[in-house]
Amino acid sequence: MIKRLWERFKQPIDPWLLLFTLLVFVVSAVLLYSASNQDVDRVSDKLTFMGISLVLMWCIANIRQQTLMRLALPAYLVGVLLLLAVEFFGVTSHGATRWLNIGITRIQPSELMRIALPLMLAWYFHLHEVHLNWRHFVVGALLIVVPVGLILKQPDLGTGLLITSSGFYVLFFAGLSWRLIAAGAAAFGGLAYVVTHWNLCINILHEYQCRRVATMLDPTSDPLGAGYHIIQGTIAIGSGGWFGKGWLAGTQTHLDFIPERTTDFIFAVFGEEFGLVGNALLLLLYLLVIARGLMISHGASTTFGRLLAGSIALNFFTYVFVNMGMVSGILPVVGVPLPLISYGGTSMVSILASFGLLMSIQRDRKLMKG
Amino acid sequence: MNAPTQPRTRQRFVQQLKLERWRVWFILAGLMILFGVLIARGFFLQIMDEGFLQQQGEARYARTLKLEANRGMITDRNGEPLAISTPVQSVWVSPRSVKLLPPGQKRPAGWEPSSEKEPVPMSREELAQLAKAVDMPVKVVESRLSTSRKSGDKPDFVWLKRHMAPQDAKKVLELNLPGVYAQTEYRRYYPAGEVTAHILGFTNIDGKGQEGFELTRQDMLAGKSGSRTVIRDRRGFIVEDISTIIPPKDGETLTLSIDRRIQYLAYRELKAAVEANKALGGGIVVLDARTGEVLALANTPSYNPNSRARIDPARRRNRAVTDLYEPGSTMKPITIATALESGKVTPSTVIDTTGGAMGMAGYTIKDTHNYGALTVERVLVKSSNVGTARIALAQDREFLWQHYDAIGFGQPPRTGFPGEASGKLRAWKTWRPVEQATMAYGYGISVSLMQMARAYQVFATDGEIRPVTFTKQVAPLPGKRVFSPEVVREVRLMMEKATQPGGTGTRAQVVGYRVAGKTGTAKKVGVGGYTEKRYVGSFVGFAPVSDPRLIVAVMIDEPHGDSYYGGTVAGPAFSNVMAGSLRMLGVPPDAPTDNILLPGQDEPEVPEET
Repeated sequence: MIKRLWERFKQPIDPWLLLFTLLVFVVSAVLLYSASNQDVDRVSDKLTFMGISLVLMWCIANIRQQTLMRLALPAYLVGVLLLLAVEFFGVTSHGATRWLNIGITRIQPSELMRIALPLMLAWYFHLHEVHLNWRHFVVGALLIVVPVGLILKQPDLGTGLLITSSGFYVLFFAGLSWRLIAAGAAAFGGLAYVVTHWNLCINILHEYQCRRVATMLDPTSDPLGAGYHIIQGTIAIGSGGWFGKGWLAGTQTHLDFIPERTTDFIFAVFGEEFGLVGNALLLLLYLLVIARGLMISHGASTTFGRLLAGSIALNFFTYVFVNMGMVSGILPVVGVPLPLISYGGTSMVSILASFGLLMSIQRDRKLMKG
Repeated sequence: MNAPTQPRTRQRFVQQLKLERWRVWFILAGLMILFGVLIARGFFLQIMDEGFLQQQGEARYARTLKLEANRGMITDRNGEPLAISTPVQSVWVSPRSVKLLPPGQKRPAGWEPSSEKEPVPMSREELAQLAKAVDMPVKVVESRLSTSRKSGDKPDFVWLKRHMAPQDAKKVLELNLPGVYAQTEYRRYYPAGEVTAHILGFTNIDGKGQEGFELTRQDMLAGKSGSRTVIRDRRGFIVEDISTIIPPKDGETLTLSIDRRIQYLAYRELKAAVEANKALGGGIVVLDARTGEVLALANTPSYNPNSRARIDPARRRNRAVTDLYEPGSTMKPITIATALESGKVTPSTVIDTTGGAMGMAGYTIKDTHNYGALTVERVLVKSSNVGTARIALAQDREFLWQHYDAIGFGQPPRTGFPGEASGKLRAWKTWRPVEQATMAYGYGISVSLMQMARAYQVFATDGEIRPVTFTKQVAPLPGKRVFSPEVVREVRLMMEKATQPGGTGTRAQVVGYRVAGKTGTAKKVGVGGYTEKRYVGSFVGFAPVSDPRLIVAVMIDEPHGDSYYGGTVAGPAFSNVMAGSLRMLGVPPDAPTDNILLPGQDEPEVPEET
């Protein structure tokens, strides 16, 4: 009986992905304990979130791909509707309207979009895989632009760009022409250049976004204001050295110098306490997660699975890169948490949900083989 | 599955399902490059820039505080404390990290600085609390808090109040005001106060020795201050110690050869003698005859080293060591011992002092009386200048010089004391006969009281002289023979007779002990020669004669009382100090108490002119 239950439990699970995820969780709990100044409550909160997320992941992993495909359009539409709801009824905090109050808690619909958009695109391209042409890519682009436009309006530049990228990955895996990619990259670069160098900030980007970009280019120009995050982050990481100052021994961390040290800037704590060697190991761990995702994509039985898994894996990578790049001062400060490690439930729930999708894709491949 | 059925489209599907090769490479290369960038950035920050960034980090949180070392104790030979340090708290402020608010404004609750350099606001109420806690006017505290440098930026460290009692400083810190800190310092305390002032000296407010052994043994006493790196959080409050702490190395204890009891006695008696004789000042030295250790050294006027008030430099003078005087008659035993050593005279050799005066090269050597013919022994007992001069003139001047030199004149006694005077002893080749004659009874030669006390070691130790020392010795230092034991014993008996009825030093006698010594009364050298009414009265002697233990040298500078003779002004002080010290040391008496004749108040004064 127990054996059968066990079989049932592990049947949808991809052991490698689960193993890597649990390893990251261990790092997360250990690091959060230090970053929160040994706040057991926060760590147990985090563990609770982990548990909930793992259960959700298991549930999603049980869903058949056909069901997922059927859910794609409704999920996307609900996502867009919720974003519209945010536009009209959202909760404003720190100058941005990103949350919806649903009674018990606040939710951030853009997190839902992180899953719904790739799901929608993957299903769309899967639907038209036999006669794919440029028109489908235009539709795909439109499917991206609608939610991203709403998110940028909140304003939330970071999430907007990240969701754009997750959509773009689907297009890329679906076979988007390299000419278009090159043209898009050039256009984006040009836009960024114009925005940052020609004071168009005020009109196009919000002032704080503009400041963050300018500050990233030269953090010391405003060391006490916008550059503060970047400087404190680089100082914390830089003072780690080869092996770091040791767990619980990071001075910048424990003296409250690192802003947002349990959430977006937790990587600074990690860098200070575990050094370059620790960074490399953490990167390796993340790389294993991504590699597993790409392998699942590669072995997927359907175009839907291939596109979705590829997008999820690369999107995960994007989060890692953007967060680490921001904390170590090579990217502007955008509010992106370090996947699975930062304190905060929403992001973790959506990431593990996407891992559930990966496992579901992986399981169906096995079934096909069988 | 929506698997297509038509072969043509099926073909295309397969093509699409297989990802184009360049896309695979593009993704893999992109991943590797971006991860490489992260690692490279990490390497750049954590390895290349580590030192700089660590320093930057520390600059943001660390502050190095000096940890004062506890200054070593100075004790007497029995371990009784002569100088001790007690911890006190000094409160300091950091004007840079505090901003005074205009009256009426308050620091908002939960105030957070927007940057680590922003000063913390302090309300007027808090300023008033602080001023009350340190017991200073509000205006003064305010001006300290708003100290600024010439360049306009504010300093990080300004003393607010130093040397507060720990419980008072605690009250200041308990106010928990921004930018107010306290540091432990040590305050020096001298239990014996003015009694030991000239030996020990004192320290300034920063704990640096300024005089005496506090100055000469500064390095040993001071130890090494350590440092403590404390960390501050973003608001500038000190949070905790971090591991890089260099513990202070406390100073070592300095054990002096001084005996506190004898020191007290010597100072008390000297002060009494100086006051009784309306003298300018005086000095006293007590030596252990066997080891050369200084058991007491006192001067008057003295000062209270515990008081931070400005000390008159004249009071700080350690007369016994730094001041030179012409020894007068206390020189005579040395001259006579040298003469006996030469073999040219014996104690019973008769010297003609008829007339009580002797003219030489336009200078007249005088005695107070016309003693007629005197034996060498009587010359010393009566303190005849003429007799001593004649004895000296019969000697070879190089031989005399050799013994004066060997006994330590003209060279510093090397006691380890600052500002030691070496005195003046001219080279024998430059001596004219009249100088040879006057030097014999202590004119034309200058010494310090310490040198004279040391010189008398030869009479207390059968002819040997040792270095004098202020540090406690385990074994006596090796001595140097100056006179043969036979000569010394003869001179010692002469000196004993000098303290007995008929001698000049009767007031130096001690009940129960045989005492030997010599009085001295010398005119002071003033502008243009010897002055008439300014004298230095002294007495140098030792006891018990049968086995000398102590040497006591007393010098009274310019007595203006009824008498100025050494036997009268310095003799009683010598007697009292010697008596008390011998008893304290438990030295067995060597004279029966029933047959000694003590001089009463009406005992006729025996005058002498040197």
